[in-house]
Parts: sequence; C-alpha cells; structure tokens
Amino acid sequence: MGFHIRKSRVTIHGQPVHQPDAPTSDIEMARIRLIAVGLIFLCAWLVIAGRLGMLTFSESPQKPAKTTSTQVVIKPGTPRATITDRNGQILATSLATASLFADPRNLPDADEATTRLVETFPDLDRDDVFKKLSGKQHFVWIKRNLTPRQQADVLRLGIPGLDFQKEERRVYPAGNLTAHIVGYTDIDGNGIAGIEKSFNDELATHPAPLRLSLDLRIQSILHEEIRKTIKRFSALGGSGLVLDTRNGEIIAMASLPDFDPHDPGKASDDARFNRASLGVYEMGSTFKMFTAAAALESGQALPTDLYDARKPLKVDRFTIRDSHPESRWLSMPEVIMYSSNIGAAQIALQTTTPIFRAYLEALGLTQRAPVELPEVGAPLVPSRWRDINTMTIAFGHGLAVNPIQMASAFSAVITDGILHAPTLVAGKNDNATSPRIFSEKTVMTMRKIARLVVSEGTGKQAAAEGYVVGGKTGTAEKAAGRGYNRKANLSSFLSAFPMQDPRYVLLVSIDEPKGIPETYGFTTGGWVAAPAIGEIIGRMAPLLGIRPFDETAPEIASGLYIDPAPTKGGRQIVVF
Amino acid sequence: MPHLARTDTSMIGQWWWTVDRWLLAAILLLMAMGIMFVAAASPPVAIRIGLPSYYFIKRHVVLLGVSFILMMGTSLLSPRGVRRTGLALLVVFIPLMIATLLFGAEVKGGRRWIYIMGFSLQPSEFIKPAFAIVAAWLFAKGRCLQNFPGTRISIGLYAVIVSLLLMQPDLGMTVVVTAIWGCQFFLAGMPIMLVIGLGLLGLGGIGGAYMFLPHVTSRIDRFLDPASGDTYQVQRSLEAFSNGGLFGTGPGQGQVKWHLPDAHADFIFSVAGEEFGMIMALGIIALYAFIVLRGMSRILHSEDLFVLLAGGGLLTQFALQAMIHMGSSLHLIPTKGMTLPFISYGGSSLLALGLGMGMILSLTRKRPGGALS
Repeated sequence: MGFHIRKSRVTIHGQPVHQPDAPTSDIEMARIRLIAVGLIFLCAWLVIAGRLGMLTFSESPQKPAKTTSTQVVIKPGTPRATITDRNGQILATSLATASLFADPRNLPDADEATTRLVETFPDLDRDDVFKKLSGKQHFVWIKRNLTPRQQADVLRLGIPGLDFQKEERRVYPAGNLTAHIVGYTDIDGNGIAGIEKSFNDELATHPAPLRLSLDLRIQSILHEEIRKTIKRFSALGGSGLVLDTRNGEIIAMASLPDFDPHDPGKASDDARFNRASLGVYEMGSTFKMFTAAAALESGQALPTDLYDARKPLKVDRFTIRDSHPESRWLSMPEVIMYSSNIGAAQIALQTTTPIFRAYLEALGLTQRAPVELPEVGAPLVPSRWRDINTMTIAFGHGLAVNPIQMASAFSAVITDGILHAPTLVAGKNDNATSPRIFSEKTVMTMRKIARLVVSEGTGKQAAAEGYVVGGKTGTAEKAAGRGYNRKANLSSFLSAFPMQDPRYVLLVSIDEPKGIPETYGFTTGGWVAAPAIGEIIGRMAPLLGIRPFDETAPEIASGLYIDPAPTKGGRQIVVF
Repeated sequence: MPHLARTDTSMIGQWWWTVDRWLLAAILLLMAMGIMFVAAASPPVAIRIGLPSYYFIKRHVVLLGVSFILMMGTSLLSPRGVRRTGLALLVVFIPLMIATLLFGAEVKGGRRWIYIMGFSLQPSEFIKPAFAIVAAWLFAKGRCLQNFPGTRISIGLYAVIVSLLLMQPDLGMTVVVTAIWGCQFFLAGMPIMLVIGLGLLGLGGIGGAYMFLPHVTSRIDRFLDPASGDTYQVQRSLEAFSNGGLFGTGPGQGQVKWHLPDAHADFIFSVAGEEFGMIMALGIIALYAFIVLRGMSRILHSEDLFVLLAGGGLLTQFALQAMIHMGSSLHLIPTKGMTLPFISYGGSSLLALGLGMGMILSLTRKRPGGALS
C-alpha cells in the first residue's frame, strides 16, 4: 500500500526530479550500454583469473630476482666446501646451526627470561643477558651456533620474543691436529688462516671437497711423537714434516704448541705460529748434505777427497770448530758422519762460492717455499754472499730456511735428483716441470753417506729396524743478540727411508731441548730428534704399506755401503 | 533475525523485504574474509613500523563495524535520499580536498591526508561515491529536462575534482574518478563518435602523463621493462602467488608480507594468494564479479535513469578498484596503490566504501515503478 501512496504523491505534485519519466529510448540505451560495461568487466575478471592461474602454476620465472634483491641475506644456498685429508677424512666442514637472538620488545618479562636462559646456558653472564633483554633494541644476539639439543631446550622454555637465525658453523673434527694447516674462518665464514684462507674463494664457490695431501693417521703419529719429545726434553716447541719423495706432497706437518681451531682467539701467538712453514731457522749440520751434494755434482769434489780437520779454522774474526773433533784428515763421508764443520766449510769453499750458491738456489733454499699456505716464511739470505758466508752456510749457519724447504731439497738429494715443489693438495703435482738437479751418481753417493750417518755415525738412534733409515743430524745454536747461544739449540734430524729407494723424507726439529740424565745432558739432534724419527718411521711405515727389509741382505748392506776410511791416493784438498 | 512479516510496513520491515539479500550476503562474506586477510598480512607491517602486532587488526575491525553501520544506514535511504546524501558529501568533501592541499601532511610524495580531530582522513575516497551520485543526477536530469545543462555542469564538476586530484597528485584516484564518470557519461548516451574520440584522448592523456610526470614515467618504464629499475614489490608479489600454489602456504606461513611495505593494504591480494592459495584467490575474484554483475542486473530492471546511472557508476568504482588492485599485484598493469574494497586495511577507504555500498544496496532495492515488483 505504502508504495502506491508514495508514487501517487510524486505524480500529483509533478516533481520530475528522479521519477522515471526520462524518454524510454534513453533508458533502453543505458541498459544496453550497462550490459556492455558488465561484459567488459566480466572479461577483465577472466583475464585476472587466468593470469592468477598462470602465475600459480608457473615455475616462478621471477625467482632469480630473489638473489639480486636487497633483502636481508639469509645465507646463500651452498655451504662452504669440506676439506679432507688424502683418504677422505674430514678436516673441516660446515654444519647448519641455529643462533639465538631476542626481540626485547616482545619479551613479556625480561627478568624471568634472563633467569631461564642462564639456567639453560650456565656459561652466559646474567647481568649481560639482562642488559640485552631489557634494552630497547629490536634485535640482540644471545648465543651463536647452538646445537640441536640446545635449540630444543630454548624452544621448550616457550618464551616469546626469542628466535633463531640459521647459520653455518665451521667444524674441525681433527681439532688441534691439523689446526696450523687447515687454518680457520672468522664468524662470517671467511677463511683467515691456513688452507681456509689460501683457498677461501674456491671453498666458498665450489661445493666439491678440497682433498689435501695430508694423511691424518701419519699426522697423528708425527704430532704425538713430537709432543712426547718436547715433553721429555722440556723443550719450547717443535715441528715435524713428512714428505712424499715421488711428488713433493706433504703427508704430515706438525707444529707444537698448537691450538683449537674452533677458538683461535684464545690461543697465544706462539701457539698459532706454524713453525713448520712460517718459522725460518738456521738448521745447522743437516745442511751439510746439500754442501756435499753440490760439491759432488759440480765435479769440484770427489767422494775420496780428504780434508784437513786437525785444528779449528780461523777466518777473520771467526773460528770454525768441530763439536766432537777428530783432529785429523777426514774423508768426505767422514766429514758428514762425524759432522765436521771444519770439513764442511772446506768442501763448500772447494766448490767455490758462485757454484755453491747456485746449487742452493736451484734447491729452492733461497726463495720462499711455493706451498699453498698464506703463512710461509721467506728465507733469510745474506745480503752480500762472500766466501765466509759460504763457509758457515756449509754447516747450516748464516742462511735461515724453513722446514718445508729443507725437506723438499733433501728429497731431491737422496731420491732421484729431481726437485718437486712441495704441496699440500693431493694429486696436484704432475712432476712435468720439476727440474733435475743431481745425477744418479751423486744421488747414490749421498744415499750411502746418509745411511752411514744412521748405521755408524751421529744418527744411530734414528734406526728403525727393517726400514733402512738414512739421514743427517743437526744441532744449531740459536742466534742470540749478535752471536749464538751455545746452550739454546734447535735439534733436528733430517731423514729418509728406505734408503735403497727412498719413499718418504722426514724432518723433526725440537726447539731448545733441555738435557736429561738418559742423554747424559746432551741436547744434540742425534740424542733428541733422531729417536723420535726412529719411532715415527717404525709406526708409519706399516700404515703406508712399506714392508720391513732385511737390512743385512747383500743388496742393502753392501749396496748402500761406503767405506768412510780415507782411501789411499785420495786428494788432499787445501783450499784455505 | 527477528520475524518480519511481509505485511510489515515499518522502515526495517520494508527494507528487509526489498533489499537484495544475495548482494548483502556477498558483501558480508567479503568483509569477513577481509578481517582474515588483514589478520594475516598486517602484523609484520605493524612490527616493522614499531606498532603493537595487532594494531591494524583491531583498527580494521572497528572501522569495518563503522563502515557496516554506514552501509546499513545508507541502504535504508530512498533514491532521493541517496541523491541528497551524495550532494551533501560533495559539498563537505570538496572544501576538505582544498584544505588537504593547503594543510595536509605530505606522505610518500603526495598531499592526500588531512587530520581532523585525531583522525587522518583521505577526502578523495569520499569524493568518489559522492561524485558518482551527483554526476548521475546531473546526467539524468539533463536527459529529462530540455533546458537543464546537466551534462555541462557535470563536465565542469569533473574538471574541478580532477584538478584537485592531480594537484595532490593522486593519479590512481584520477583514473578511477575519470573511469566512473566516463562510464556514466557513456551510459547516459554519449554519442558513439565521442566515445571513440575520448578513448583516443584518454590514451593521449596517459601518453602525456608519461611524458611530463616523472613518477608516472618511472612507473610505466618499470612495468614495461622489469630490468629498468626497482620492481622489487612486484617481483615479491609474483613470487607470492607461485609460492602459494593451489592451497596456499597456510595462514601466517607466507613470506611476502615481510617484504612489502603495504602488505595489509595495496598488496593484500598477494598475501591472500600466498597464504590461502589460488582457489581462495579465485573465490575472491568470483565474489567481486558476483557483487558487480548481480548489482548491475538488479538496476537493469529499474525504470529510473538516475538509478541506472548512479548504480552503474558506483558498481564501476567498486569493480575498478578491485581490478586495479588485483591487476597491480599480478603485474597486469603498472603498480598502482589501490585498496581492495572491504578487504584492505584503510580507514577512509572502508568508510567511503560503506557509504558507496549502502547506496548500491539502496538503489538495488525492489521498488514500484521498476520491473522488480
């Protein structure tokens, strides 16, 4: 009824304001056009729905934009590559961890949260945590790199405002054992020492594991024996190296004291210092092997030559003495066997300074060892190399080198005359460019001399039954001020085995050993380092598949024998 | 719902039996979904700007309540009431727009907001429905009365409003107002040659904006060539849909809301697509299409030209806003900040939509004189 009344009122008063009295054709046109508009809208919606379906089922073509966008970086996808030893044992790897942070504004009760967190992590400092949690920041770290169990513990607390950020933690399963070689990373995963640093880019970008030349088993043996020796002689420290003679690969390298790579900040500078690569030392008598080899190879000396060691040599203000003087004419093998400084000085001088120097340079003893570590010490070479330098360098004073250089040069002297660049990466050297320095004849003589040192000379304690050890002792007085300290020695043994066909070179150096009753107070290489070498070879040879030989068999006993006694008709060399 | 007899002649009783309950139900459903989506999308936005997590959700619910009341109130009006309300709104809000230009705070490169009694208001949101009503009335009256220059007055009014919008500048709103008015002009019998001419002019206008308004230039460049500049928001938005898949990542599990500054407003469709999936997103599209097409089919039967034009204009506004919002987040059109009606957070938008929808409900009521009764 109401409608009628209203309508009739409009009609009566004749108000044309909104009543339907527009021309019917206008209304019809408006209707048709409205339908057209509706159809356009319908089409638009179909397009939108189609586009929606397309996007939903597309393989997200826009995804690459994700990596270029400026969002907060939640760690790129590929974890840092693993580092292994030559047998695939993991030396360094990355584990996904969770790091705990808090948004203090969302914490209902900072005091209680602090209490519960300190209960969960007793190593946290209560005051420090409370200060963080009651602050006004939006983001505070509480603890980095939690274990899954620790994360579960925090989740169980059920405190709002605590959250986790996924992170990556570098883990070193071998710990101290390989700390100096593998190195470590900073908290953001950038390598800052060792292989981690020198291969930082490769490790960060290539997922394939980096296989080092190290053999963790041998590393462990070397490490343990050096540690025992240091303890026995109350030494400051020590280093050791095992090198494969066929390709220059470093099988083991130890430096003690050492440190935990998970927390390098806690270690002293001395502990982080890699004595085997960064340290350069005057190596002492071990150097005589290079002196003899250079003299023989250059043709300046014959194995039968004789040298006057009846009295100390006086050169300018220096006097060259022997520590265990024989005080007679010595053959070349005797000079090495009895470790005569007087004899060695004359052999070097006989070689002449330019030739002697050229051989040391060819052996890589005057340049930084090309090994893949950031921490490699440069040798200290005399600025002016005169005859007096030649004479002292002949017995290992006046030229400071690092153990890697020593071992790799020695490998060339007693293996095949070829110098292989030392390397820490397995399978890297193809030996194609390794230079030949010594002839087979020189090498054979040097093997015999090295064997003589162990069978009859100063290195007897290095003998490992069946492994035909050869080598050379070295007892260097450490430089102190402008001269040398006779009480402070670097006692070394440079060796190889088995001498009929050397497979491995070993070097052990002990820093400032103190005399003990069992060694009658001696702290020489023969008393300190040689026994360690014997132990190491005896333990490592079986692991490397080297069977013991019958050392009395003629091809070994006589094949490696050189008679040290002066031969009749040997040249008496007078160079001074 | 109290029992209302068909013979009940009270205002409520008449309303209940004449209002389009399908339309009403669809709007209520949209509002409910809006609460859900704002709840999903807004906490990260609130956290980012240092507000309590639930700040936007609470405000959204309150404003939605006010909007609902406005809508119901407006839907009780007669067409004449609707017309008067539109005129009143225009009289109030055109001065407010001028005031905005003079006193408004500059936010994100535009003066669009004015602070009144502690509330920030965007007058242009209210101008849209008001102008749609007034323009419809002018066109209708121009058709009915020989001597009434309705079309010309309407053109003048349009020029004033568009000038005010461009001075803010608010290009998106200008486009919407132009489209509504153009649609009404078209319905009201714009000569077909003029339609074509204006279409060309519109293209020219966009070209001109591209040439002379630097921020438009950069918008369009980025749309045409994603490599040319920062298309960060759109990229994130597109990833959201592909992340969501058919059924979505689940409420609260989405990522896009953490990366888009206006996830609760201009990109809420992306959040919905990611967390609730394609099927839900299609549902939203269908709901908007239903409301608009249903509304259109209702007013189609009206014998009143004003109802046809006003309803057409208001529905066009509603449809266009939804389409621009969705089109932006799907990268069908250049990114244009536009709220999704009744779903996006946004105070002025919600209140103005309440008024607009109330008017639509009012105009689509069954009336004598129409073919509905």
